[in-house]
Amino acid sequence: MRFMVLVPADDGYEQGRMPSTEELAAMTRFNEELVKAGVMLAGEGLHPSAKGAKVRFEGGKRTVTDGPFTEAKELIGGYWIWECASRDEAIEWIKRAPFPDGTEIQLRQVFEDEDFDDVMTPELREAQSRLREQTETR
Amino acid sequence: MPDPATQRAIDAVWRIESTRLIAGLTRIVGDVAVAEDLAQDALVAALESWPESGIPDKPGAWLMATAKRRGIDALRRRIALERKHELIAHEQRILQQLDQPDLVAQVDDVEDDVLRLIFMTCHPVLSRDARVALTLRLLGGLSTPEIARAFLVSEGTVAQRIVRAKRTLSEARVPFEVPGRDELGDRLSAVLEVIYLVFNEGYAATGGEHWIRPPLCEDALRLGRILAGLMPGEPEVHGLLGLMELQASRLRARVGPGGEPVLLADQDRARWDRLLVQRGLAALGRAEKLAGALGPYTLQAAIAACHARARSVEDTDWLRIVALYDGLAALTGSPVVELNRAVAVAMAFGPEAGLELVDALAGDRALRDYHLLATVRGDLLERLGRDAEARAEFLRAADLCANEPERELLLARAEAL
Repeated sequence: MRFMVLVPADDGYEQGRMPSTEELAAMTRFNEELVKAGVMLAGEGLHPSAKGAKVRFEGGKRTVTDGPFTEAKELIGGYWIWECASRDEAIEWIKRAPFPDGTEIQLRQVFEDEDFDDVMTPELREAQSRLREQTETR
Repeated sequence: MPDPATQRAIDAVWRIESTRLIAGLTRIVGDVAVAEDLAQDALVAALESWPESGIPDKPGAWLMATAKRRGIDALRRRIALERKHELIAHEQRILQQLDQPDLVAQVDDVEDDVLRLIFMTCHPVLSRDARVALTLRLLGGLSTPEIARAFLVSEGTVAQRIVRAKRTLSEARVPFEVPGRDELGDRLSAVLEVIYLVFNEGYAATGGEHWIRPPLCEDALRLGRILAGLMPGEPEVHGLLGLMELQASRLRARVGPGGEPVLLADQDRARWDRLLVQRGLAALGRAEKLAGALGPYTLQAAIAACHARARSVEDTDWLRIVALYDGLAALTGSPVVELNRAVAVAMAFGPEAGLELVDALAGDRALRDYHLLATVRGDLLERLGRDAEARAEFLRAADLCANEPERELLLARAEAL
């Protein structure tokens, strides 16, 4: 099973503060542990929301707002993609991560093709295939 | 009995910790069978106390301490009752090892123990079947019934295989260590072989009613990823990982809605798993960067990468694939590789050229009863319009093939001619 683990961005992160050497070392150790357990497939950190933008859909119009997103409570700072045997295994791994008090990590399961079998018609699947082929084939 | 949620949580902890626990205990007591028993006792203790106390903050350390304490208690009881002197001496030795502070663990990485354990379970003193079973059990965390299902043998057979393997390791006094430079090459090949055997049993099951069994591929991939994490400087480790990631990326396109095999040429390439393709290409890149001359797994990964990069069969760089197979054939001298090379030649230079090579191979003893030789020959004859001969080859291939869905596909192809 594939999971996405969403890591929130705290205030310091949003203001562009880089992590301390100790924090960085602890996280590097944790990442190494994930790699050596064969669990980690991918992971990236995100720039502060100041470099992002929001696009709002309303009344047929699209309104663009530049970051930072001051009012947002749940900003994402980064994510991992993990391969685990179960949701419980993913939870056990999250518990081992070196996050400070007050952090709340979100675990989400990634859809795999099979999950769509009930709602996907052959035509839809083909349309999606064509789309992926255009966008993703190198 | 713990409630289901706690049970699942304990299972999850066990999956994460069991290999490191068994590996650490093997280093301490010097015997993998004793170590596994101690680890199992610790699991029983966890099942007894965690539902009440909750899962401890450092479950790995808890399990290790409990395994040692319970082991010491049990040994003291046994020594008190034992009459035979040599058994007492043996048990006292283990007791002593368990009863002192683990100094190695303070200077050594626990992961080093896992690496030593892999080299132990894949030791050449064991038969291939025994290496696979023991590796899946101790490093893959699979139960005996799971291994039995994977290899279509009885649970009794697997249980016996594992017991014998542990006894053989103990009798041969196989050391718990990563081999030195002079034998590392051969020993690492044995490890990679075991992992790839597991992968292939999932990727193209040799028998049974399913054409692919993704959970086995995942077990092998996990072992490959672990090994790449533990031996990041070994090119062939990355080569094998790249090969498996690239092949696994095609798994879900490899089987049709009715469970029937879908061959590369007919696969919906948009269903290939892009994340795995990307990981496979990255692993191949690392292997190529580290290697002087490319090893057999890296060459196979490079071939798989040609397919991964191509938008269609026609778009595939068959000339490069032929060249890579040339290298692989020179390295391995394997007739199966020659057969694959013939397929690539047929794609690059036409079915006639391919058929010539296949016919030259038909006399090879190793390939005589290999269903893929007949399959390839049938395919090439069909493309040359020699339908009657093609039909006969497909029927012969179906006769030789032990995998049910694959057999049905071959019969259908014969029927269609």
